Amino acid sequence: MGVEQKLGNMGVVTAKLEDMVNWARTRAMWPMLFGLACCAIEMMSAQAAHYDMSRFGMELMRPSPRQSDLMIVAGRVSRKMAPVLRRLYDQMPEPKWVISMGDCASCGGVFNNYAIVQGVDEVVPVDVYVAGCPPRPEALIHGIVTLYEKVQSETMKDHA
Amino acid sequence: MRFGEPVLELVRGMWITFKSIFERPVTVQYPEEKRPVRPRFRGRHVLHRYENGLEKCIGCSLCSAACPSDAIFVEAAENTDEARYSPGERYASTYEINMLRCIYCGFCEDACPTEAITLGDNYELTFTDRRDAIYDKDMLIEPLPAGSDELTPQKVKPGVHTRAVPEMKNPDD
Repeated sequence: MGVEQKLGNMGVVTAKLEDMVNWARTRAMWPMLFGLACCAIEMMSAQAAHYDMSRFGMELMRPSPRQSDLMIVAGRVSRKMAPVLRRLYDQMPEPKWVISMGDCASCGGVFNNYAIVQGVDEVVPVDVYVAGCPPRPEALIHGIVTLYEKVQSETMKDHA
Repeated sequence: MRFGEPVLELVRGMWITFKSIFERPVTVQYPEEKRPVRPRFRGRHVLHRYENGLEKCIGCSLCSAACPSDAIFVEAAENTDEARYSPGERYASTYEINMLRCIYCGFCEDACPTEAITLGDNYELTFTDRRDAIYDKDMLIEPLPAGSDELTPQKVKPGVHTRAVPEMKNPDD
């Protein structure tokens, strides 16, 4: 379009800054583990050798919110856990994303009662919901790929 | 402790690490390469049809009664011979499953008297909006078998499809 035509064939590649930033974000998105129940077992399995989430730039699960970009809420969130979840989310630096893994985190699942939050989107904004009880490690990875597609289409304004 | 013992332990430990260099990698390259599911795996639901194109579901709501997480909603309507969806008196005019509520236990499959609903092998259910998780009948019902073009509702001769549940041929089955 612009500068490539002027420069001619000089081996220069141009890209939009947004695309470069989103590319960088999807290549090193460190998840914060938030294992609360049986879904955490599948999350650990997704991190282990057979499924290996480090292929998607998730080299390690951070237990500390200050070093993480993505919160994977795996398991049922009780009413008492909800303020803790919100506090940890607030401690994460921007930009941040949330995957709600499993039925219980997404909408309460089979636990339709007073003790369980009926979906973590009551507490934090959720980007991707993964269905399953618990979801297979592949399903979690599918959710991560869905999130990456979403991140790739984000603009600077979304995080302004 | 002898002098060489810590070194020996170190070498022994590193030998295990060294041996794993020659092992084949176990990682399944998931989005490109998919591991086949087990025969009894329970994934996304499918609503089935008979060979003549009629729906197997008769709208009895037994699946929704059996569902432990109340994920299924069924609304039934009357069949007529001019507009027939399923054999028998009634059919499911609305059939919705909330995929985020469903725990994939397979009780609906067990409760179904006509074997209309089964759990398939699709596990890739991710949504960016909670409302997208409610699958309606058009998404769940299986496409028409190849070669047949008879959609539901069908216009049929009166007195043919009177039985909602097919007759049992083999009682041991």
